[in-house]
Amino acid sequence: MKKEFTCIECPNGCRLCVDVKDGKAVSVEGFKCPKGEKYALAEIENPTRILTSVVLAEGLSLKMVPVKTSQAIPKRLMMVAVDEIKKLKITQAVKVGDVIVKNFLDTDADLIATRDS
Amino acid sequence: MIKRDLIVVGGGPAGMAAALSAHEHGVKDILLLERDQFLGGILNQCIHPGFGLTYFKEILTGPEYADRFIKKITAVKDIEVSLKTFVTQLTGKKVLTSLSPGRMDEIKAKAIIMATGCRERTREMAHIAGTRPAGIFSAGLAQKLINIEGLLPGKEVVIVGSGDIGLIMARRMALEGAHVKAVIEIQKVSKGLVRNVVQCLNDFDIPLYLSHKIIKIHGKDRVEKVDVARVDENFCEIAGSQFEIACDTVLISAGLIPENELIEMAGVVMDKKTNTPVSDKVNQTSIDGLFVCGNAYQIYDLADSVTKDSILAGKMAAEYIRGKL
Repeated sequence: MKKEFTCIECPNGCRLCVDVKDGKAVSVEGFKCPKGEKYALAEIENPTRILTSVVLAEGLSLKMVPVKTSQAIPKRLMMVAVDEIKKLKITQAVKVGDVIVKNFLDTDADLIATRDS
Repeated sequence: MIKRDLIVVGGGPAGMAAALSAHEHGVKDILLLERDQFLGGILNQCIHPGFGLTYFKEILTGPEYADRFIKKITAVKDIEVSLKTFVTQLTGKKVLTSLSPGRMDEIKAKAIIMATGCRERTREMAHIAGTRPAGIFSAGLAQKLINIEGLLPGKEVVIVGSGDIGLIMARRMALEGAHVKAVIEIQKVSKGLVRNVVQCLNDFDIPLYLSHKIIKIHGKDRVEKVDVARVDENFCEIAGSQFEIACDTVLISAGLIPENELIEMAGVVMDKKTNTPVSDKVNQTSIDGLFVCGNAYQIYDLADSVTKDSILAGKMAAEYIRGKL
Protein backbone atom coordinates (compact mmCIF):
# COMPACT_ATOMS: atom_id res chain seq x y z
CA MET A 1 0.00 0.00 0.00
CA LYS A 2 1.28 3.48 -0.88
CA LYS A 3 0.82 6.35 1.59
CA GLU A 4 1.42 10.01 0.75
CA PHE A 5 2.63 12.71 3.14
CA THR A 6 3.83 16.27 3.10
CA CYS A 7 7.12 16.52 4.94
CA ILE A 8 7.02 19.08 7.77
CA GLU A 9 10.75 19.20 8.49
CA CYS A 10 11.33 22.47 6.61
CA PRO A 11 9.43 25.06 4.54
CA ASN A 12 10.08 23.09 1.31
CA GLY A 13 7.18 20.77 2.21
CA CYS A 14 8.29 17.85 0.02
CA ARG A 15 5.62 15.36 -1.11
CA LEU A 16 6.67 11.97 0.20
CA CYS A 17 5.37 8.60 -0.92
CA VAL A 18 5.88 5.60 1.36
CA ASP A 19 5.40 1.98 0.44
CA VAL A 20 3.85 0.24 3.46
CA LYS A 21 3.66 -3.52 4.04
CA ASP A 22 2.13 -4.99 7.24
CA GLY A 23 2.35 -1.64 9.04
CA LYS A 24 6.07 -1.29 8.24
CA ALA A 25 7.56 1.21 5.80
CA VAL A 26 9.40 -0.57 3.00
CA SER A 27 10.60 2.36 0.90
CA VAL A 28 10.27 6.13 0.72
CA GLU A 29 10.29 8.35 -2.37
CA GLY A 30 10.19 12.10 -2.97
CA PHE A 31 12.49 13.36 -0.22
CA LYS A 32 15.20 15.92 -0.96
CA CYS A 33 17.20 15.35 2.23
CA PRO A 34 17.71 12.59 4.85
CA LYS A 35 15.31 14.34 7.26
CA GLY A 36 12.47 13.66 4.82
CA GLU A 37 13.16 9.94 4.72
CA LYS A 38 13.36 9.76 8.51
CA TYR A 39 10.15 11.75 8.86
CA ALA A 40 8.23 9.47 6.48
CA LEU A 41 9.35 6.33 8.32
CA ALA A 42 8.37 7.80 11.70
CA GLU A 43 5.02 8.93 10.31
CA ILE A 44 4.15 5.27 9.57
CA GLU A 45 5.55 3.63 12.69
CA ASN A 46 5.49 6.26 15.44
CA PRO A 47 4.60 9.83 14.45
CA THR A 48 6.37 12.39 16.64
CA ARG A 49 6.32 16.17 17.04
CA ILE A 50 8.28 18.76 18.98
CA LEU A 51 5.87 20.26 21.52
CA THR A 52 6.13 23.91 22.51
CA SER A 53 4.11 25.59 25.24
CA VAL A 54 4.43 28.05 28.13
CA VAL A 55 4.89 27.46 31.85
CA LEU A 56 3.54 29.80 34.51
CA ALA A 57 6.24 31.74 36.36
CA GLU A 58 6.06 33.32 39.79
CA GLY A 59 8.18 36.22 40.99
CA LEU A 60 10.10 36.52 37.71
CA SER A 61 10.13 39.26 35.07
CA LEU A 62 8.21 37.01 32.66
CA LYS A 63 4.71 35.84 33.53
CA MET A 64 4.97 32.83 31.20
CA VAL A 65 8.21 31.06 30.31
CA PRO A 66 8.18 29.45 26.84
CA VAL A 67 9.33 25.81 26.77
CA LYS A 68 9.89 23.02 24.25
CA THR A 69 10.64 19.33 24.26
CA SER A 70 14.35 18.83 23.49
CA GLN A 71 13.36 16.32 20.81
CA ALA A 72 10.16 15.21 19.13
CA ILE A 73 7.80 13.20 21.36
CA PRO A 74 5.07 10.75 20.26
CA LYS A 75 2.08 12.54 18.80
CA ARG A 76 -0.34 10.49 20.91
CA LEU A 77 1.15 12.06 24.09
CA MET A 78 0.48 15.67 23.04
CA MET A 79 -2.58 16.39 25.16
CA VAL A 80 -1.23 14.49 28.19
CA ALA A 81 1.95 16.52 27.88
CA VAL A 82 0.03 19.79 27.72
CA ASP A 83 -1.90 18.87 30.88
CA GLU A 84 1.36 18.03 32.61
CA ILE A 85 2.85 21.39 31.59
CA LYS A 86 -0.16 23.22 33.04
CA LYS A 87 0.65 21.76 36.48
CA LEU A 88 4.17 23.23 36.48
CA LYS A 89 5.30 26.49 37.99
CA ILE A 90 8.73 28.13 37.62
CA THR A 91 9.78 30.07 40.70
CA GLN A 92 13.53 30.44 40.11
CA ALA A 93 15.15 32.27 37.23
CA VAL A 94 15.93 30.10 34.21
CA LYS A 95 18.05 30.61 31.11
CA VAL A 96 17.54 29.47 27.52
CA GLY A 97 18.23 25.73 27.38
CA ASP A 98 17.76 25.08 31.12
CA VAL A 99 15.99 21.79 31.84
CA ILE A 100 12.59 22.30 33.47
CA VAL A 101 11.64 18.58 33.54
CA LYS A 102 14.19 15.84 32.89
CA ASN A 103 13.01 12.82 30.84
CA PHE A 104 9.58 14.41 30.34
CA LEU A 105 6.83 11.72 30.52
CA ASP A 106 9.52 9.02 30.09
CA THR A 107 10.01 10.08 26.48
CA ASP A 108 13.80 10.63 26.77
CA ALA A 109 13.08 14.22 25.80
CA ASP A 110 13.65 16.97 28.36
CA LEU A 111 11.32 19.92 28.74
CA ILE A 112 13.58 22.96 28.35
CA ALA A 113 13.19 26.73 28.62
CA THR A 114 13.43 28.64 25.34
CA ARG A 115 13.83 32.12 26.83
CA ASP A 116 15.70 33.73 29.74
CA SER A 117 13.11 34.36 32.44
CA MET B 1 19.78 68.04 20.35
CA ILE B 2 21.56 64.70 20.72
CA LYS B 3 23.68 63.59 17.75
CA ARG B 4 24.38 59.96 16.84
CA ASP B 5 25.95 58.22 13.88
CA LEU B 6 23.24 55.58 13.44
CA ILE B 7 19.82 55.09 14.95
CA VAL B 8 17.95 51.82 14.45
CA VAL B 9 14.24 51.99 15.22
CA GLY B 10 12.85 48.60 16.31
CA GLY B 11 14.47 45.81 18.33
CA GLY B 12 12.98 42.78 16.59
CA PRO B 13 14.87 40.45 14.25
CA ALA B 14 15.27 43.19 11.63
CA GLY B 15 16.57 45.92 13.94
CA MET B 16 18.93 43.62 15.83
CA ALA B 17 20.46 42.17 12.64
CA ALA B 18 20.79 45.64 11.09
CA ALA B 19 22.48 47.10 14.19
CA LEU B 20 24.93 44.18 14.45
CA SER B 21 25.73 44.32 10.75
CA ALA B 22 26.31 48.09 10.82
CA HIS B 23 28.68 47.56 13.74
CA GLU B 24 30.56 44.81 11.91
CA HIS B 25 30.92 47.20 8.99
CA GLY B 26 32.57 49.86 11.13
CA VAL B 27 29.84 52.01 12.72
CA LYS B 28 30.90 52.66 16.32
CA ASP B 29 28.04 54.83 17.58
CA ILE B 30 24.69 53.06 17.34
CA LEU B 31 21.46 53.71 19.22
CA LEU B 32 18.81 50.99 19.06
CA LEU B 33 15.31 52.06 20.09
CA GLU B 34 12.64 49.53 21.12
CA ARG B 35 9.17 50.38 22.38
CA ASP B 36 8.67 47.14 24.34
CA GLN B 37 10.40 46.32 27.62
CA PHE B 38 12.40 43.50 25.96
CA LEU B 39 14.36 43.09 22.75
CA GLY B 40 13.13 40.41 20.32
CA GLY B 41 9.94 41.93 18.96
CA ILE B 42 7.25 39.55 17.82
CA LEU B 43 9.66 36.57 18.02
CA ASN B 44 9.04 36.47 21.76
CA GLN B 45 5.43 35.41 21.26
CA CYS B 46 6.24 32.97 18.42
CA ILE B 47 7.07 30.08 20.77
CA HIS B 48 6.69 27.42 18.02
CA PRO B 49 9.67 25.84 16.27
CA GLY B 50 10.65 26.49 12.65
CA PHE B 51 12.98 29.47 12.93
CA GLY B 52 16.65 29.51 11.99
CA LEU B 53 16.70 26.70 9.42
CA THR B 54 18.49 28.76 6.78
CA TYR B 55 20.40 31.24 8.94
CA PHE B 56 21.56 29.01 11.81
CA LYS B 57 21.05 25.62 10.06
CA GLU B 58 19.07 24.36 13.03
CA ILE B 59 15.48 24.40 14.21
CA LEU B 60 14.80 27.06 16.84
CA THR B 61 11.71 28.56 18.42
CA GLY B 62 11.07 32.30 18.06
CA PRO B 63 12.39 33.20 21.54
CA GLU B 64 15.54 31.11 20.94
CA TYR B 65 16.13 32.77 17.58
CA ALA B 66 15.73 36.19 19.24
CA ASP B 67 18.00 35.17 22.13
CA ARG B 68 20.95 34.53 19.78
CA PHE B 69 20.78 38.15 18.62
CA ILE B 70 19.96 39.65 22.03
CA LYS B 71 23.11 38.05 23.49
CA LYS B 72 25.22 39.41 20.62
CA ILE B 73 23.75 42.92 20.94
CA THR B 74 24.29 43.03 24.69
CA ALA B 75 27.93 42.03 24.20
CA VAL B 76 28.64 44.96 21.87
CA LYS B 77 29.38 48.14 23.85
CA ASP B 78 29.06 50.38 20.78
CA ILE B 79 25.37 49.53 20.50
CA GLU B 80 23.31 51.39 23.09
CA VAL B 81 19.87 49.84 23.59
CA SER B 82 17.02 52.04 24.78
CA LEU B 83 13.95 50.03 25.77
CA LYS B 84 10.43 51.35 26.45
CA THR B 85 11.22 54.03 23.88
CA PHE B 86 8.60 55.10 21.38
CA VAL B 87 9.41 57.21 18.34
CA THR B 88 6.70 59.80 17.76
CA GLN B 89 8.19 61.89 14.97
CA LEU B 90 10.67 61.69 12.12
CA THR B 91 11.74 64.47 9.78
CA GLY B 92 13.30 64.45 6.31
CA LYS B 93 16.49 65.81 7.90
CA LYS B 94 16.80 62.61 9.92
CA VAL B 95 15.81 64.10 13.25
CA LEU B 96 13.59 61.91 15.37
CA THR B 97 11.64 62.52 18.55
CA SER B 98 11.40 59.72 21.06
CA LEU B 99 9.46 59.23 24.27
CA SER B 100 10.59 56.99 27.09
CA PRO B 101 9.50 56.93 30.74
CA GLY B 102 10.11 60.41 32.14
CA ARG B 103 11.78 61.92 29.09
CA MET B 104 11.49 63.16 25.55
CA ASP B 105 14.51 63.41 23.24
CA GLU B 106 15.25 64.95 19.88
CA ILE B 107 18.02 63.03 18.17
CA LYS B 108 19.76 63.75 14.88
CA ALA B 109 21.46 60.89 13.12
CA LYS B 110 23.80 60.60 10.15
CA ALA B 111 21.80 57.54 9.09
CA ILE B 112 18.60 55.91 10.32
CA ILE B 113 17.41 52.34 9.78
CA MET B 114 13.70 51.80 10.28
CA ALA B 115 12.97 48.24 11.38
CA THR B 116 9.44 48.86 12.54
CA GLY B 117 7.92 45.60 11.34
CA CYS B 118 4.30 45.25 10.39
CA ARG B 119 0.84 45.00 11.87
CA GLU B 120 -2.10 42.75 11.20
CA ARG B 121 -4.96 43.47 8.87
CA THR B 122 -8.13 44.00 10.84
CA ARG B 123 -11.67 42.69 10.63
CA GLU B 124 -12.67 46.02 9.06
CA MET B 125 -10.04 45.63 6.33
CA ALA B 126 -11.31 42.11 5.63
CA HIS B 127 -14.83 43.57 5.29
CA ILE B 128 -16.65 41.18 7.63
CA ALA B 129 -20.18 42.36 8.35
CA GLY B 130 -22.14 41.91 11.56
CA THR B 131 -22.17 43.12 15.13
CA ARG B 132 -19.19 44.21 17.24
CA PRO B 133 -19.26 41.91 20.28
CA ALA B 134 -16.33 40.84 22.46
CA GLY B 135 -14.43 37.80 21.22
CA ILE B 136 -12.97 39.09 17.95
CA PHE B 137 -9.17 39.15 17.96
CA SER B 138 -6.40 39.40 15.43
CA ALA B 139 -4.50 36.09 15.41
CA GLY B 140 -1.31 37.76 16.63
CA LEU B 141 -3.11 39.36 19.56
CA ALA B 142 -4.51 35.96 20.57
CA GLN B 143 -0.96 34.61 20.32
CA LYS B 144 0.29 37.32 22.66
CA LEU B 145 -2.53 36.71 25.14
CA ILE B 146 -1.78 32.98 25.33
CA ASN B 147 2.01 32.89 25.09
CA ILE B 148 2.99 36.08 26.92
CA GLU B 149 0.05 36.75 29.25
CA GLY B 150 -1.10 33.18 29.86
CA LEU B 151 -4.72 33.97 29.01
CA LEU B 152 -6.95 31.89 26.73
CA PRO B 153 -9.09 34.25 24.64
CA GLY B 154 -11.93 31.80 23.96
CA LYS B 155 -13.13 28.22 23.86
CA GLU B 156 -15.06 27.72 20.60
CA VAL B 157 -13.02 29.25 17.85
CA VAL B 158 -13.38 30.06 14.16
CA ILE B 159 -10.31 31.38 12.36
CA VAL B 160 -10.62 33.63 9.33
CA GLY B 161 -7.73 33.27 6.89
CA SER B 162 -5.25 30.44 6.52
CA GLY B 163 -1.99 32.36 6.53
CA ASP B 164 0.78 30.93 8.70
CA ILE B 165 -0.23 32.91 11.79
CA GLY B 166 -3.81 31.64 11.51
CA LEU B 167 -2.63 28.04 11.15
CA ILE B 168 -0.15 28.30 14.01
CA MET B 169 -2.87 29.78 16.22
CA ALA B 170 -5.32 27.01 15.30
CA ARG B 171 -2.84 24.49 16.73
CA ARG B 172 -1.97 26.67 19.71
CA MET B 173 -5.64 27.13 20.69
CA ALA B 174 -6.31 23.39 20.19
CA LEU B 175 -3.35 22.48 22.42
CA GLU B 176 -4.63 24.85 25.10
CA GLY B 177 -7.94 22.99 25.10
CA ALA B 178 -10.05 25.23 22.88
CA HIS B 179 -12.28 23.67 20.24
CA VAL B 180 -11.15 25.07 16.91
CA LYS B 181 -14.18 24.52 14.71
CA ALA B 182 -13.00 25.84 11.38
CA VAL B 183 -10.39 27.74 9.45
CA ILE B 184 -12.09 29.72 6.68
CA GLU B 185 -10.09 30.62 3.57
CA ILE B 186 -11.53 32.61 0.69
CA GLN B 187 -8.86 31.45 -1.78
CA LYS B 188 -8.72 27.99 -3.38
CA VAL B 189 -5.49 27.15 -1.55
CA SER B 190 -4.09 27.96 1.87
CA LYS B 191 -1.88 31.03 2.02
CA GLY B 192 0.32 29.34 4.61
CA LEU B 193 3.13 26.82 4.20
CA VAL B 194 1.95 23.29 3.42
CA ARG B 195 3.85 21.98 6.44
CA ASN B 196 1.72 24.20 8.65
CA VAL B 197 -1.51 22.88 7.13
CA VAL B 198 -0.24 19.37 7.96
CA GLN B 199 1.10 19.90 11.47
CA CYS B 200 -1.32 22.58 12.66
CA LEU B 201 -4.64 21.51 11.13
CA ASN B 202 -4.46 17.85 10.05
CA ASP B 203 -2.75 16.77 13.28
CA PHE B 204 -5.69 18.18 15.27
CA ASP B 205 -8.50 17.31 12.83
CA ILE B 206 -9.31 20.98 12.32
CA PRO B 207 -11.37 21.47 9.15
CA LEU B 208 -10.08 23.90 6.53
CA TYR B 209 -12.83 25.41 4.37
CA LEU B 210 -11.24 26.59 1.11
CA SER B 211 -13.19 28.92 -1.22
CA HIS B 212 -15.36 29.96 1.73
CA LYS B 213 -15.88 33.25 3.48
CA ILE B 214 -17.45 34.59 6.62
CA ILE B 215 -20.59 36.48 5.69
CA LYS B 216 -21.51 37.83 9.11
CA ILE B 217 -20.54 37.77 12.77
CA HIS B 218 -23.45 37.46 15.24
CA GLY B 219 -23.59 38.19 18.96
CA LYS B 220 -24.65 40.95 21.34
CA ASP B 221 -22.10 41.03 24.16
CA ARG B 222 -20.00 38.07 23.08
CA VAL B 223 -19.61 36.37 19.69
CA GLU B 224 -22.36 33.74 19.35
CA LYS B 225 -22.03 32.42 15.81
CA VAL B 226 -20.79 33.19 12.32
CA ASP B 227 -22.45 32.74 8.93
CA VAL B 228 -20.21 31.07 6.36
CA ALA B 229 -20.76 30.56 2.63
CA ARG B 230 -18.95 29.04 -0.30
CA VAL B 231 -17.69 31.51 -2.92
CA ASP B 232 -17.29 31.36 -6.70
CA GLU B 233 -14.24 32.39 -8.73
CA ASN B 234 -15.03 36.08 -8.19
CA PHE B 235 -15.23 35.50 -4.42
CA CYS B 236 -19.00 36.06 -4.54
CA GLU B 237 -21.27 34.06 -2.26
CA ILE B 238 -22.87 31.04 -3.96
CA ALA B 239 -26.62 31.15 -3.32
CA GLY B 240 -27.85 28.42 -1.02
CA SER B 241 -24.39 27.47 0.27
CA GLN B 242 -24.69 29.38 3.54
CA PHE B 243 -24.34 27.66 6.92
CA GLU B 244 -23.74 28.66 10.55
CA ILE B 245 -20.98 27.83 12.98
CA ALA B 246 -21.65 28.44 16.68
CA CYS B 247 -18.56 29.93 18.39
CA ASP B 248 -17.52 32.42 21.07
CA THR B 249 -14.33 33.62 19.39
CA VAL B 250 -13.24 34.73 15.93
CA LEU B 251 -9.56 35.13 15.09
CA ILE B 252 -8.66 37.23 12.07
CA SER B 253 -5.55 36.19 10.14
CA ALA B 254 -5.93 38.23 7.00
CA GLY B 255 -2.41 39.30 6.20
CA LEU B 256 0.14 41.86 7.33
CA ILE B 257 0.78 45.50 6.46
CA PRO B 258 4.20 47.15 6.80
CA GLU B 259 4.18 49.78 9.54
CA ASN B 260 5.64 52.88 7.92
CA GLU B 261 3.84 55.95 9.25
CA LEU B 262 7.11 57.51 10.47
CA ILE B 263 8.89 57.48 7.10
CA GLU B 264 5.72 58.77 5.48
CA MET B 265 5.78 61.61 8.01
CA ALA B 266 9.38 62.28 7.00
CA GLY B 267 8.27 62.73 3.38
CA VAL B 268 9.45 59.44 1.86
CA VAL B 269 7.81 58.61 -1.47
CA MET B 270 5.42 55.75 -0.66
CA ASP B 271 3.58 53.09 -2.60
CA LYS B 272 0.16 53.56 -1.05
CA LYS B 273 -1.01 50.14 -2.11
CA THR B 274 1.63 48.21 -0.17
CA ASN B 275 2.46 50.94 2.38
CA THR B 276 6.15 50.54 1.56
CA PRO B 277 8.78 53.01 0.33
CA VAL B 278 9.25 53.38 -3.42
CA SER B 279 12.92 52.73 -4.13
CA ASP B 280 15.28 51.50 -6.85
CA LYS B 281 17.30 49.41 -4.45
CA VAL B 282 16.31 47.05 -1.67
CA ASN B 283 16.04 48.70 1.79
CA GLN B 284 16.47 52.27 0.49
CA THR B 285 14.05 55.20 0.46
CA SER B 286 13.78 58.47 -1.45
CA ILE B 287 15.59 60.17 1.47
CA ASP B 288 19.36 59.62 1.46
CA GLY B 289 20.59 57.84 4.56
CA LEU B 290 17.12 56.69 5.63
CA PHE B 291 16.83 52.92 5.25
CA VAL B 292 13.98 50.48 5.86
CA CYS B 293 14.44 46.76 6.47
CA GLY B 294 12.61 43.61 7.50
CA ASN B 295 8.83 43.39 7.36
CA ALA B 296 8.58 47.17 7.18
CA TYR B 297 10.28 46.99 3.78
CA GLN B 298 8.29 44.02 2.54
CA ILE B 299 6.40 41.17 4.21
CA TYR B 300 8.60 38.09 4.48
CA ASP B 301 7.46 34.52 5.15
CA LEU B 302 10.47 33.67 7.29
CA ALA B 303 12.38 35.46 10.04
CA ASP B 304 15.57 34.13 8.43
CA SER B 305 14.83 36.19 5.32
CA VAL B 306 14.25 39.26 7.51
CA THR B 307 17.69 38.72 9.05
CA LYS B 308 19.36 38.40 5.66
CA ASP B 309 17.71 41.55 4.32
CA SER B 310 18.51 43.52 7.47
CA ILE B 311 22.20 42.58 7.41
CA LEU B 312 22.31 44.24 4.00
CA ALA B 313 20.58 47.36 5.37
CA GLY B 314 23.17 47.59 8.16
CA LYS B 315 25.99 47.31 5.65
CA MET B 316 24.48 50.01 3.43
CA ALA B 317 23.99 52.37 6.38
CA ALA B 318 27.66 51.88 7.32
CA GLU B 319 28.74 52.66 3.76
CA TYR B 320 26.50 55.73 3.70
CA ILE B 321 27.99 57.05 6.95
CA ARG B 322 31.50 56.55 5.48
CA GLY B 323 30.35 58.47 2.40
CA LYS B 324 30.70 55.47 0.14
CA LEU B 325 27.11 54.86 -0.93
